[in-house]
Amino acid sequence: MTTTTEAAPPEVIPLPPTKPRRKLTAYWLLLPGIAWLVVFFAVPMVYQGSTSLQTGSLEQGFRLTWHFATYWDALAEYKWHFVRSFSYAAIATALCLAVGYPLAYTIAFKANRRWRNVILILVIAPFFTSFLIRTLAWKTILSDGGPVVSALNTLHVLGITDAIGLTSGHRVLATPLAVVCGLTYNFLPFMILPLYTSLERIDPRLHEAAGDLYARPFTTFRKVTFPISLPGVVAGTLLTFIPASGDYINAQLLGSPSEQMVGNGIQKQFLNVLDYPTAAALSFILMALILGMVTVYMRKAGTEELV
Amino acid sequence: MTEQLRDAATAGGDVRLTGIGKTYGDFTAVHPLDLTVPQGSFFALLGASGCGKTTTLRMIAGLEEPSCGTVLIGGQDVTALPPYKRPVNTVFQSYALFPHLDIFENVAFGLRRRGRKDVKKQVEEMLDLVELGPLARRKPHQLSGGQQQRVAVARALINHPQVLLLDEPLGALDLKLRRQMQLELKRIQTEVGITFVHVTHDQEEAMTMADTIAVMNGGRVEQLGAPADLYENPATTFVANFLGQSNLIPAEVTGRSGEDLLLSASGVRLSVPRARCATEATRIHLGVRPEKITIAHASETVAEGRNKLSGTVVDSSFIGVSTQYVVRSEGGGEIAVFEQNMERDTRITPGAPVVLHWNPAHSFGLDASQAIDAGTGEEAA
Repeated sequence: MTTTTEAAPPEVIPLPPTKPRRKLTAYWLLLPGIAWLVVFFAVPMVYQGSTSLQTGSLEQGFRLTWHFATYWDALAEYKWHFVRSFSYAAIATALCLAVGYPLAYTIAFKANRRWRNVILILVIAPFFTSFLIRTLAWKTILSDGGPVVSALNTLHVLGITDAIGLTSGHRVLATPLAVVCGLTYNFLPFMILPLYTSLERIDPRLHEAAGDLYARPFTTFRKVTFPISLPGVVAGTLLTFIPASGDYINAQLLGSPSEQMVGNGIQKQFLNVLDYPTAAALSFILMALILGMVTVYMRKAGTEELV
Repeated sequence: MTEQLRDAATAGGDVRLTGIGKTYGDFTAVHPLDLTVPQGSFFALLGASGCGKTTTLRMIAGLEEPSCGTVLIGGQDVTALPPYKRPVNTVFQSYALFPHLDIFENVAFGLRRRGRKDVKKQVEEMLDLVELGPLARRKPHQLSGGQQQRVAVARALINHPQVLLLDEPLGALDLKLRRQMQLELKRIQTEVGITFVHVTHDQEEAMTMADTIAVMNGGRVEQLGAPADLYENPATTFVANFLGQSNLIPAEVTGRSGEDLLLSASGVRLSVPRARCATEATRIHLGVRPEKITIAHASETVAEGRNKLSGTVVDSSFIGVSTQYVVRSEGGGEIAVFEQNMERDTRITPGAPVVLHWNPAHSFGLDASQAIDAGTGEEAA
């Protein structure tokens, strides 16, 4: 303290630079993420974008000719693939919500602490085996002589589903039903987890308060629980719908050629036909359509305030 | 049936609990108790946390199913009714406002569920009553704690319940706001005339607001009465210590003189009116409130007929309106004394010999079989 006059300035001077430095720190922390995005997202996007506008063949080489007609041709050829992709994905998402919501609700409000963890682990457990293996297993489950088909036959359900086009010829495998079942099964955890997270945060006293204010249990659900859980519903449906629309494994393994989705088209063009421009154009169309649908959906759900 | 109807009409919003109790497995939260809350009164359930006061309140609300006994509201047995069918509303601890609804819709919730007409007018009137009109379109998280508290009261009161239940409604507020809201709630209660049942652990809050207080401890009602009555005539050491502060001096009954019991506390002769002694036992705790004691320097003479104890000042703290002394008495016990700051004797400082004296009629006798430190918050649990 004898050198007060000397000691004071160094204490004052370092203070102002801390703010910019702190800002810089934030950018440094973002750097790995940005680098990742540039290398694995932006660069491939540009590359694919350019591919989609090229013409040529594998033998002669592809050249960028700004050939936009590829998009129209691809859309014309694969329009039913798109329709199937989005309708199967939409049905699977709805089924996931129907199955996932009660389960998430039970985990969040009805299960005690120990069971809660057990059930959550069971929800995640399928991830311990590969997506492919699990889907192949469904092939066995839904096979013609399998338990599902014989049970549905006994109950005469297959007659009805045959009539409405979900199944055909009294079998489940290689029908739209099988594909939708596979999609529902494979993407269910992506629905349950966000739903659980949003339900689990709800104060149980809100249920008591609603009951105290003359709401019956169902009204409490409709007016309090469900609206508060909407961010989870939106997150869950997006996490289910988006990957399901681009999926091709389920259609390939559980469906027949007439259940093919856009993903199968892209796969075929890329790996079998080796028509890279068409494959790239299909990918871009799929992305644009999903983006458009998600934007409309987010607007409609109007959950900006809640998230 | 006609008798029941007449009962219901005359009883209005009184709450009668008969033999009501709650057990969770081996643990008894509330021992079977009888309690009557008269129509239009402001009733407080007071006790430390875990004493069963909230469980009792929740049984009245229907949020907790009693293990035994019945709940009657306005003469009607509501024991088997779910919460949404009971004529009561609750102000929850930390309010439980609906986060996705604005203030207006929060307050309108009960009216809408019952399909009431002119919701808008009623809600606006209610919001004016709690002075929140301009904030009607805000969301709860945009409001301060005190404002949220008023929304919670408005949301319950708008339904004109026969009984309003308040579960530690002021617990989350800071001291100053709490004082203000205490007076506010009391004003609202007087205005609307609805029966209020208020759960609190704050004895000052209970005494400020309630007409009647039930002091609960370990799942039982220790004592029930008007605040002043409980304060002046505590029936147990728990009540004596929990409600305000008491000096409890172990003493032995040595005889009687007229209407007084003669006592000996470590050899010092004291007395207490027989009527103010809650027990027939020969070993008692003689209680006296710190503000009833006069402190004087040992050289002063004390008038005859007063209880006297000599001692030494251990500590003194000046807190503005009064000075609080801790005095070690001859017998060894520590006695707290609150002295109004009127004519301060400058000789009374730590270490000074003093004599404490008080009117025997200001003391009370309690059975010595009870723990002397029950309700102080320091007792061995």
